[in-house]
Amino acid sequence: MAEPLLRVEHLRVEVPTRRGTLVAVDDISFSIGPGEVLGVVGESGAGKSLTGAAIIGLLEPPLRIAGGRIDFAGRRIDNLPYEAMRRIRGKEIGAIFQDPLTSLNPLYTVGQQLIETIRTHLDLGATAARERAIVLLREVGIAGGERRIDHYPHQFSGGMRQRVVIALALAANPRLIVADEPTTALDVSIQAQIIALLKLLCREHGTAIMLVTHDMGVIAETADRVAVMYAGRLVEIGPVRTVVAEPHHPYTVGLMRSIPRIGQRTDRLSQINGSMPRLTEIPPGCPFNPRCPEVFDRCRRERPDLLRAPGSDAACWLYDTHGAALEGAEPR
Amino acid sequence: MSEPGETLLEVSDLKRYFDVSPSLLERVLQGKERASVKALDGISFSIRRGETFALVGESGCGKSTVARCIVGLYRPSAGHISFEGAEFASLKTRQAMAPLRRRIQMIFQDPYASLDPRWRVRRIIAEPLVTHGLVPDKTALRDRVDELLQQVRLSPADGDKYPHEFSGGQRQRISIARALAARPEFLVCDEPTSALDVSVQAQILNLMKDLQRDFGLTYLFISHNLAVIYQISDRIGVMYLGRLVEVAATGRLFERPRHPYTRLLLETIPRLEAAAGGGTEREPVAGEVPNPIDPPPGCAFHPRCPFANDRCRVERPELRADDTTLVACHAVEEGRLPA
Repeated sequence: MAEPLLRVEHLRVEVPTRRGTLVAVDDISFSIGPGEVLGVVGESGAGKSLTGAAIIGLLEPPLRIAGGRIDFAGRRIDNLPYEAMRRIRGKEIGAIFQDPLTSLNPLYTVGQQLIETIRTHLDLGATAARERAIVLLREVGIAGGERRIDHYPHQFSGGMRQRVVIALALAANPRLIVADEPTTALDVSIQAQIIALLKLLCREHGTAIMLVTHDMGVIAETADRVAVMYAGRLVEIGPVRTVVAEPHHPYTVGLMRSIPRIGQRTDRLSQINGSMPRLTEIPPGCPFNPRCPEVFDRCRRERPDLLRAPGSDAACWLYDTHGAALEGAEPR
Repeated sequence: MSEPGETLLEVSDLKRYFDVSPSLLERVLQGKERASVKALDGISFSIRRGETFALVGESGCGKSTVARCIVGLYRPSAGHISFEGAEFASLKTRQAMAPLRRRIQMIFQDPYASLDPRWRVRRIIAEPLVTHGLVPDKTALRDRVDELLQQVRLSPADGDKYPHEFSGGQRQRISIARALAARPEFLVCDEPTSALDVSVQAQILNLMKDLQRDFGLTYLFISHNLAVIYQISDRIGVMYLGRLVEVAATGRLFERPRHPYTRLLLETIPRLEAAAGGGTEREPVAGEVPNPIDPPPGCAFHPRCPFANDRCRVERPELRADDTTLVACHAVEEGRLPA
């Protein structure tokens, strides 16, 4: 791969609480190439949204980055002062959140918000900014942009509002968009429209996307690579085809099997017993070990880092070719 | 799957309107008119004993309103609901309703909002037993709650905890235990797994299947997730803007969807297979669900329908049998639709 656009190394996010410091994101590393779509999946509380928030510099105190570094386009961004980060956010890194109503100000027209964003980041006059806003609305599939630009957010439907949010994220032609559950609040038929739109825009503008979602179907249709998170850690990362069809980490395997599918009706769905541990109760060793069907002694003591598995990287001792697991596991 | 028996629940021409009129002042001074949302605009279906009937549709189609009418949280504006032949509307008082209420219970979507955070789990599960006077004394109550906790794969010791000590999946188990407490025959499940993570969703769906088999329960299962519905239901009703557009057995609906809206829904589900296929692009269907305050005339789906003609724009289609499927579509009736 060419020089990555975004490189996250050993990122650690902590929350201080009365009963000690909790680690919400624990030592994760990954990168995103220019124009690439990286899907980040995991259950609620796995740390996927916090990872996104850390990248765009919007972690809410008392959450804080406690270790590691984030580089964007060859420049370190995790330790930038607030003002410097504010100039990058919006201009070079755009953001889309789950609920379009929280991203839009109900008191201003869509046009005022778009024009403000455009003029903050680009050197354009009022008229030129308005023209660009209308072009953006057209690009995200809102018909009659000349008229719609003067409407307020409440005059748009849910799907249309999310299109406006995408237009806002695109306003300054960013090189990366962090999209946190962008389709979760939408109905399936609208969801498909938004996914298609994101893919199209990404292709046309060469924008990279970090797509955070719990919906594997959305990932399967959109992402080039997938990162799977569990209890604050990255447990598997690899090309979408491998992670969906031939996952390696036992958690990913269980997750894929438990997704109900159409076309193969079964009397019992495959399930992973138990639930993801809370941050206060993360077990030593591999965080998945109490639920893992393939657990062995080492998993309870030592924490696995990402190891090379065929086609993807998995944080699982099963793939330690130098360790004890070797004799048991047949080469795949 | 057990053989479905006689009709347990019958809903006929059910309507529920909500008043969304402007204030009296605005109506008098500015001449604004009264307005109402037809959340349910005449829907009919029946559920046989022991089967799982699912209602599917997008937000605002009225599926939760159906659930709420059946458990008595809403009073229908018109139409009839009968349970084992007994008409709901004829039961005027709370006392008259009580025996029926015991036999029909509900599981809600949000396991965080549907359990009182200040009550211990034991008290939450015991409430229906006490309300309906189903246990003679405290020992019997304790034993019954322990039994219920075990039935939903929790331990009796969990009864002494508070809801916040449990994960989402465990809370949904508590809701199920509460719903089962009064030994109901019919459970209305409104998006019971939508707030849960997938690995936990599978646990809850499996539990619901086990309980159905053990206690001969009948389910009305409401969801927007077609894959979940495919796995759990025997028959499916597809709703669009307060109307049923198609009713069919599960296998048939997925193999041979008739209504253009059903086809759209099936085509737009994001599929895992897309990853393996490598770039098979789905064609997203344009348009959105119209505003239910001012639904389009004729067939409500016609503005988004590729097969709509003049008749669809004026005349509202009724449910008609097409082989074993019931479908409300002029194009299907006239044979204009490609197979």
